[in-house]
Order: sequence, then structure tokens, then C-alpha cells
Amino acid sequence: MPAASPALVVRDLRVDLAPRGAPIVADISLTLAPGEILGLVGESGSGKTTLANALLGYARRGTRITGGSVLVDGQDILALTDGERRAARGRLIAHVPQDPAMALNPLARIGGSLSETLAIHRRELPPAARAAAVAAALADVGLPNDPAFLRRYPHQLSGGQQQRVLLALAFILRPRVIVLDEPTTALDVITQAQVLDLIRGYCREQGVAAVYISHDLSVVQDLVDRAAVLYAGRLAEVADSRAIFAQPMHPYTRGLLGAMPGVDRRHALSHIPGHAPSPGQRPDGCAFAPRCARATDLCRATEPRLTEGVSGTFVACHHPLLQTPLERRTAQPSTPAPADRPALLTAAGIDAYYGANQVLFDVGFSVQARQCTAIVGQSGSGKTTLARALGGLGSAVTGELVIGGTPIGIGSSPRARDLRRRIQYIFQNPFRALNPRQNVADNLVAVVRHFFPVSAQEARERARAAIARVALPATVLDRRPGKLSGGERQRVAIARALLCEPEVLICDEITSALDVSVQAAVLDLLMRLKAEGLTILFVTHDLAVVRVIADHIIVLKDGRIVEQGEADAVLDRPAHAYTRRLIADSASAAELALAS
Amino acid sequence: MATQAGAPPSVGIVDRWQAARLPLPGWFPWLAGRLLAGFGTVLAVSAIVYLATLALPSDPARVILGPEATDKAVAILREQLGLNRPIAVQYVDWLRHVAVGDFGNSLDSNVPAFGLVIERLGNSIALMIFVLLVTAPAAFLLGVAMAVKRDSRFDRTAMTLLIGFKAVPPFAIAVALILLFSTAVSILDPSLSPFAQPLYLVLPATTLLLLVLPFLTRLIRASLTETLEADYIAAARLRGLPERRIVWRHAVPNALPPVIQGFAMATRMVLGGALIVEVVFSYPGIGSALNAAIETRDIPVVQAIALLTAIAVVFINLVADFATVLLTPRLRTTTRPRLRSGTGARLRLRAGGA
Amino acid sequence: MTSRRRRPNRWRNERQIRAGTVLLAAVLAIALPGPWLAPHDPNALIGAPYGPPGAGAWLGYDYLGRDIWSRLLAGGLSIFWMSIAASILALAAGAAIGMLSAYRKGAVDQGVVWSTDVLFAFPDLILVLLVVSMLGRAPWLIVLLVAIAFLPGVIRLSRGVTLGIVEQEYVDSARMMGFSSAHILLREVLPNMITPLLVQFGVMLTWAIGMLSGLSFLGYGVAPPAADWGLMINENRAGLLVQPWAVLAPVAMIALFALGTNLIAEGIGRINARIEEEA
Repeated sequence: MPAASPALVVRDLRVDLAPRGAPIVADISLTLAPGEILGLVGESGSGKTTLANALLGYARRGTRITGGSVLVDGQDILALTDGERRAARGRLIAHVPQDPAMALNPLARIGGSLSETLAIHRRELPPAARAAAVAAALADVGLPNDPAFLRRYPHQLSGGQQQRVLLALAFILRPRVIVLDEPTTALDVITQAQVLDLIRGYCREQGVAAVYISHDLSVVQDLVDRAAVLYAGRLAEVADSRAIFAQPMHPYTRGLLGAMPGVDRRHALSHIPGHAPSPGQRPDGCAFAPRCARATDLCRATEPRLTEGVSGTFVACHHPLLQTPLERRTAQPSTPAPADRPALLTAAGIDAYYGANQVLFDVGFSVQARQCTAIVGQSGSGKTTLARALGGLGSAVTGELVIGGTPIGIGSSPRARDLRRRIQYIFQNPFRALNPRQNVADNLVAVVRHFFPVSAQEARERARAAIARVALPATVLDRRPGKLSGGERQRVAIARALLCEPEVLICDEITSALDVSVQAAVLDLLMRLKAEGLTILFVTHDLAVVRVIADHIIVLKDGRIVEQGEADAVLDRPAHAYTRRLIADSASAAELALAS
Repeated sequence: MATQAGAPPSVGIVDRWQAARLPLPGWFPWLAGRLLAGFGTVLAVSAIVYLATLALPSDPARVILGPEATDKAVAILREQLGLNRPIAVQYVDWLRHVAVGDFGNSLDSNVPAFGLVIERLGNSIALMIFVLLVTAPAAFLLGVAMAVKRDSRFDRTAMTLLIGFKAVPPFAIAVALILLFSTAVSILDPSLSPFAQPLYLVLPATTLLLLVLPFLTRLIRASLTETLEADYIAAARLRGLPERRIVWRHAVPNALPPVIQGFAMATRMVLGGALIVEVVFSYPGIGSALNAAIETRDIPVVQAIALLTAIAVVFINLVADFATVLLTPRLRTTTRPRLRSGTGARLRLRAGGA
Repeated sequence: MTSRRRRPNRWRNERQIRAGTVLLAAVLAIALPGPWLAPHDPNALIGAPYGPPGAGAWLGYDYLGRDIWSRLLAGGLSIFWMSIAASILALAAGAAIGMLSAYRKGAVDQGVVWSTDVLFAFPDLILVLLVVSMLGRAPWLIVLLVAIAFLPGVIRLSRGVTLGIVEQEYVDSARMMGFSSAHILLREVLPNMITPLLVQFGVMLTWAIGMLSGLSFLGYGVAPPAADWGLMINENRAGLLVQPWAVLAPVAMIALFALGTNLIAEGIGRINARIEEEA
């Protein structure tokens, strides 16, 4: 270990649920040197936010920190009195929250928020020095610091600017350690790259240690020096960045990396069966054992401790894979459509408005049958408006749409029922896509009987078949959507669409809200459906997902198509500057280095 | 109006404002719209009041002349009073008088109805202000304390008490209070102002307070509880800000908008509850005046009271809406992408020429 | 299946609901079969005015010399059915109007919102009092007016809830599939509105009790010499110090009735909040 004293030392940190006591995270031990960035990776439910909060000695309502120590510069945060801990937050160890739009007080002006932090923590500063510090902090994060900007409210800033303000709030007191809780998840790819650059630069220059929490491994790749993988509240693996991506030791890490899509190359994704246990439902022995192909009786009986694998790396597994490089298979390349086949779906001259603003300008394209066409754009590009218009919603849309030679109304213009049946739509948010008051069977049967004149029994049979087709157990039929996970709900939504026997399936960012492994499973399902004859229109902002699934790609910027063509061709040799930028910001340098 | 050569012709108010370097605030179009809507509401209310009083089964002419008057005399008076004209005409005529404060004379005492009502209104408003001045801070402190100490024994006991008081109808409370303090009850001397007899105000005020306090307290508690769950509150805690500051400077201001709306609702409840309470305690406010006027079919007084009460409620709601906008920067600063914003933008464009 | 089986337990166990049900049952036990259980004719003069409680009269005699206990038993029926009728009417009409208005949007919606603002400008009691005094005190008219007084509140609630529901993706999905508006309103929107509406029903019932007893207190409810709790309070007010029971008994009845319904409404509200959290 380096000679300089570590900035952060965590030993045996444990957080439990408050009334009963099932652990949320346990046995967390980490060390960070000054200037070092540690990436903490975990899927939803792994306890990463709880851990982030615990590093500052904060436990949300309903949770309690029950053990361990967190030493920042030698001081144990957990052992301080309330007042001392409050003073330490911000000065010694700072926190950058996740969703910038929600994390800023809507009633506080930007300048005011920054001043306030200084006023509380550094009372000795006279007002003039305080103002200067505020200006310096804003300059540090690349924001203007003129009085007009300081008087702005959070809602008057863009998402990227809001996140920079949060970073300024963390940097302003020059803490020793910064904990970043998924700060770029809510941002688009280009802004995300800028913010990550900012963080990296600041940490190096100031010698500040950072813990960067994320569910997205690819984001973490470029930024971090070391990475730790969190599963079911415990550390599965800790190793330096290169090692963990090239030679992961824990089966879970390998599974996670195997499910990760990449922009550079069309990977064949694998996914981990089952899902992670929630607190209170963790089995005896290794928490990952039920899902692990290598599990033995030892794994099911005894919980593995974090031990040193190869030098400098740690893994909690009874049968770790040491010095085994990760092999990733390449999938079939995209298939260009045969030139003579007529397009299944053609759109022409689509204009759309949101209030007084125009959001789509003369958009036209065609979609081939049995192919996956990806519509790629960042937020504000108009892709959701376009998808909804194709699906049959939206009143301020004009244009022509033809499916299989038959013209069809666009947006909320009247559509014949049979034509509606042929185009189906899956929403991004699986938690609101199903009627919470009806169980799954009712949701599905209603749709079947709407389009087909069949008896209730026949409808239920079809529902059962559709559920099986999306690889869900039949028990799902009698449950309410509230009892299903995000991935399960999304599959039910797909089953509902399939029951209409559609020709085209429009998927609007359907995997954005899902964990990486679940996303891989859903993408796998879509590719199977495509092989069975379905045409897919996949709307997304994530170029890595596009590389996995698309045959044809359309790039949308500010309501206009800037580039379109065969997927692999466009991604390997982009013609338009915007596309080049998107690709550059999506791929990580390490990824590209690994590819070569 | 002098115009500079080449400059667009001035458009009146907006240009003059701009010339005086007063920027039009973003919410001005919204306020103008709300004033218009409020005015329309009052107009509709006046129509309802007028039509309702028309249905009173009584003949003003006969009431004035007395039951012994001959039919012929009554008919002549009706003609004189203009009671035979079409209703719409009568309505507009009435409206014109009302607009300048002339409701006619009370059929009962023959003094101008408006003056009579205003005097009584003063009494009621005094009571109402007294109640609200006490209730608002009490509800606030109680509500904040309950929200901060959520689920503690204090919170749960207070909640039970509030639910209990909220359920019981006001006059039941009034009667119970009378019984409780039966020795202290005395008749109010009409010639003395309410402020000269503060002790007497206590009973009706307490009744109204018990009517409104539970509602306001629970509203504050609920709003603050929800606000305290917000991400920016947790973020503030993680920045090391003291809890007291977070509650009072971060959470409470954000929790206010629904409370303000609730406050407007509370004044409406007090006005409604005052009716019964004034009758029970023989308090000379507009509630008991209305009751008496209805009994004696004193139409001008009834119209005056009903209309003035409604206007008061509309006004209070407008103030509450305005306060909400002031408290929500998002509504204050950005223009919405709908018609209203167009008006505002056009106003600014026209004004910003020079 | 499991969720259905768990529900009845949840309702039974909620402390507030249990307390409320007990109170309500007690009051209804007196009010509903009351008229037939009265030992004396409620209108018969059988004793001295403001007489003390004695052998034949458990609570004593009212200002005319009638048996308070008998009058108490007979006086609850009207307030009971009228408050329920008014609440049901307001709920049905308000839910329908609010739901349709929020679904349609546009000019109709603006009109509805403005109309509720107009109605809201009148404090409850004044509106009802105004019209009742003009048009007479027929029970159905009173019920109708109380319902109209509550209508703007229900419309605002159902409109607000509908606006929230209509934004949800499953409603969009139904629209995209071409389901008729009627189907969407009945099968997607309405079932998700039931619990807030149920809570509002309980709240309105409490207010209705207050308003109806207030009305009869002021003399605009049932006509004397009929027995009615609100009327009894007013009639015997003068002799409050001499014969408190004549006033206290009906006050207690009204208070317990309101309290019982309110507790049940609160309990439903808490269960609703918990269900929403679990979803």
C-alpha cells in the first residue's frame, strides 16, 4: 500500500432495516488513497444508495447504521456526536446526489445555496471572501459566475447545469472524500461525458478521493482507478479497473460484464437467470448461490468472506475464477434488407408540435419487415413524440403513414381497429404500463377480446400462451402488477402486445429503467421475436443497446434525421458529425482499447 | 402622444410602463386573467343571489304597505317600484345600484341595507380575524411539531384529539361550551363594540377555532411530512446543514402552497360556521343578521349579505392564489407554452421595442 | 388470491375503523329502530315542562313536558337517511362530472372548473339556507341542496384524481389500442378512483350530519312538533341550565354519529395510503 495515509478507511460497515433488523448492507470494508477514484457498482436493490448515505453517517427513515467505522483522515464519522458529524459532512466528506432536478431546493437561488453552505461550515469567512469562494466554486465546474446566473432558480437551468451546481456544492468546502451517487444517470450521453471529465479532472488536481456509485459499468470504466462490485448488500469483488474488466473473479461480476452491451462491437449478451434477493430474503450461505452455475453445497451453507485473490484484489467467493480472462462472444452482424423487398412501414413528411414549438421537421423513413430499426436520439430530439405518433397518440402531428400498402392515420387521427392491432407499443416505464387494479390475466384478456371475437375461455388460453412465450411462469397471470418486478412487468407488456398479433412492435426506451442483466434478457426476447417474424422499431438514447439489437439505424437530432443506414455501417463509419460525437461519448477509451 | 421618428406608435399603458423602466412581471397576464375570472364569478354569484331572492314567496310592496293595504294600493306601489318589468331588466337595474353600494332599504327597519350589513359585517370580521390570528400560528406550530416528530406518541395523541374535534359539528361544540361555562355567559350589549368585551368573544371564537384548527393542523402536517421526504431535503442533510434550519428554511416554504389554499378554504369554513355560532351565542354578526333577514323576508338585506360574503370569499381565494404563485418560482418566472404565455410574450415584445 | 384474503383482516384490524364502527352501531341502534321502541308517544305531553328525570322518563321532560327519551329515539331517522342520501347523490354526480370533465379537457373542462369556483364562493350553509328558506322545507329539496353544496368539492377531487390517472401509460395504452372512451373511463379510470372517493364519502357524511342538524336547529328542517335532534336542541335551549338533558342528549347523539362516521372515513383513508405505498 502507498505510504501516504489513506483518505478513507471503511471497516465492517453494516446498515440494517430499522424496526426488525435484516441487514441491507454488511461487512463493507474499503480503503481509498487521496486522489483515488473507486467505482462502486451494483444493480437496483443491492444497497448502494444506502451505503453511500452510510459513508456520511446518514441513515434514511426506516434504516439504522448498526456497526463498523468510517475513517476520513483518521476521524471516525460514525463515532462523532450529531453536531460533529453534521460539521464533518461537507468539510471532510461530501455527497453528490443522483437526480439533479429533484436534489436542489426549488425555492433557493443558486448563489444562495452555495453561500449557505459556506455560511454554515465556515462562519469565520467575511461576506466578501464568501462571495469570492462562491464565484470560484462555480468557475471550478465550468459554470458562469456573474450575478445574473447566481440569481437563477434550479428550474431555469438545464440538467447538466444542475448537476454541475451539485458538484460545486460538494467541491466548495474542499473535502477530502467525495461520494457520488449515480450523478450522471439522469443525463444524456454528451452531457454525461462532460460531467465525468469534470469529476476526473477535479479529483486529480485536488487530490480528492472519490467513491463513484453506479449501476452502469461502462460509465465507470474510464473514470475509476479501482472498482468494487456490490451484490445483495455485500462486496463480491474489489480490484483495480483493468483487472476487473479483463479478468473478473466473481461469477456475478462475470455475469454482469457478459450482459453489458458496448458500442464498439456487437456482443452476444448473456444474462443471469433469476433476480437478486431483497433485504430480509437473503438465503443462508452465499447470496448469489441460487443463481450461480458453479454453486456447490459449500456455497449454499457458508457465506464466503472477502479474501485476497490475485495480489491487490479481493473476492468473496468459494470458487473464484482466478486469472481467467473474460471472453465475449460476437453476435451475428446486422443484415441489410434485400433491396427488392418493399418496406413494411413508410413514413413521410411528419411534422409535430408541442405547444407553439415545432419538435419534428419533415421526418420520413421506411422500415423493412423482420428487421429491427433503431431510432436514436437524446432527450429533446423528438424521438418519443415520433414513436407515439406512429403508435397512435398525439394531436399536433401531421404526416403520412403507410403500413403494408394501406394508409393509416398518424397521431390521434382516427384509425381502423384492425390497423391499430397491427402496430403495438411498449412504454418505457414498466411501473405504469399496466392497470394496477386488475390482475395480469384481466389486463391481457381485455385486449384479446377487444380485437378478436373469442370466448372468455379461449382468451384466457391465449393469454397463457403469450405469457409462456415471454418466458414468464403461469403463476404471473393471477397476480397484480404491483407484485411483479420491473423486468417482469415489461415482459407482461410485451405479452399484451403480442396477443394482438401485430406486425410492428414499437419499443420506446423499454430497457432504460431496467438493470443490465434484465435488459439483456429482454433484448434477447426481442431478438427471438424478430426471428419469429416480428418487425421492431426500437427507440433509445443508448448506442450500446443499438449495437446489440439493430439492423438499421436512424439518428435524430432536434427533430430532424441527420443520418440513417445499416446499423453496423453507421456505427463503424459514421458520416455525420453529430453521430460521431454520440459514438465517441458513448464508448469508453478502455473499451476501445480492449477491442483492438 | 409624441412619438420619435421611426419608432413604432406607442400602445398606451404597456409602453408607458416600459418607458418608466418598470419591467412587466411574468405573472402579470396571469393576474389579469384571474381578476377577470374572479369578476365573472362575482357576476354569476350576483345573478344567482338575485334569482334566488326572486323566489321568496313574498311581495315587497305588500310588506311595505302592511297586510291591511288594498290590492289597488299594492298594485300602484308595485308599478312605482318597477316590479312589473321583465326580470332581466330588473336584474340589470339592480346590478347598477349594487355596483355603487345601493342595495335599497331594509324592508324591516327602512335604513339603507348596505349600511346595516356593513356594521354587522364589521362584527363578524372582527370575530373571524380574531379566530384566524389565534388559529394560524397554533396550527402552524402544532402541525410542524407533529410532522417533525412523526409517529411519536406526541404525534399520535395529538392526531387522535384533532380527529375527535374535527368530527363534532360546530354547534354541538357551542352548546357544550355554553354548558361548561354557563355561569360566564352573558348577553352582548349591542351598543358596545366587540373589542370592548373581549371576554365574550372567547366562547364563539373557541367554537370556531375548534372547527378550523384540526383541519389546518392536519393539512400543515401532511404537507410538511411529504416535503420532508423530498430528495433536496436529504441532500441538504448530507451537506451538513442543521436540522432546524432545514425544517424552517427549506421544508416549510416548500410546504406552504397547499397550506395557503387550505387557509382560503378555512376562511370559507369559518364564514359558514359563523352562521350557526352567531345564532347560538346571540352574537350580532352577519350570520345572525342573515338568519333574521331570511325569517322576515327582508330581501335587500339578504341580497346584500349573500353577495358581500361571496365577494369576500372570491377575494380571499384570489389572494391565496396570488400568494401561491409568489411562493413558487417556477410559476413566477417561466412563461407557459400556451395561450397565456403568448399574451405575455406579445406584451413584452411590444413594450421592448425602444 | 392471497391479496384478497388478506384484505378483510386489514379492515377489521384497523383501530380507527373498529372504534368508529362501534360508535356508529350504537347510534344506529338508537336511531333506526327508535320510533318503534319509544316507550311514550314523542308528541304526548306527559309531564311538567323541564321536569327532572324520573321513573317514566329516563332523561326527564322537555320544554313542553314531553318525554325526552322517546323524542330522542324518534328524532334520528330523518338525519340518518337524509345525510346518506345527500352524500350518495353528491358522490355519484360529482364523480361523474369531475371524471368526464378531466377526461374531455378543453372548453367543457374550463366551464366546469369555473362553475365550481362560483359554487365555492358561497359558504356551505348560506347557500342551502338561502334556497331552503325560499322554496320551503321539503326533505327531498333539502337533500338536493346539501348535495349541491358538496358538489364542487367532489368535482374538484375526482377531477384532480382523474387528471393524474389519465397521464398514466396504461391509459395511453388503452387509447392506442382503440378502446372506446366509455370503456377507458369505466375500466381503467374509475377503479383507480374508488378509494379516494370512498374516503370523501365518509368525510361528506360527517359534514352532512353537521349541516342537516344545523339546518333543523335553525328551524329549516323538519317542522315542529316532529321529533328531530337538531330541532330539540333549539327548542330546549332556553332551559339549558334547568334541564340540561333535553339539549345534551341530542347533542351527544349528533356528536357520536358524526364521530363514528368520521373515524371510519379516517380508517379507510389510512388503509388507502398503505395500499398506495405497497403498489
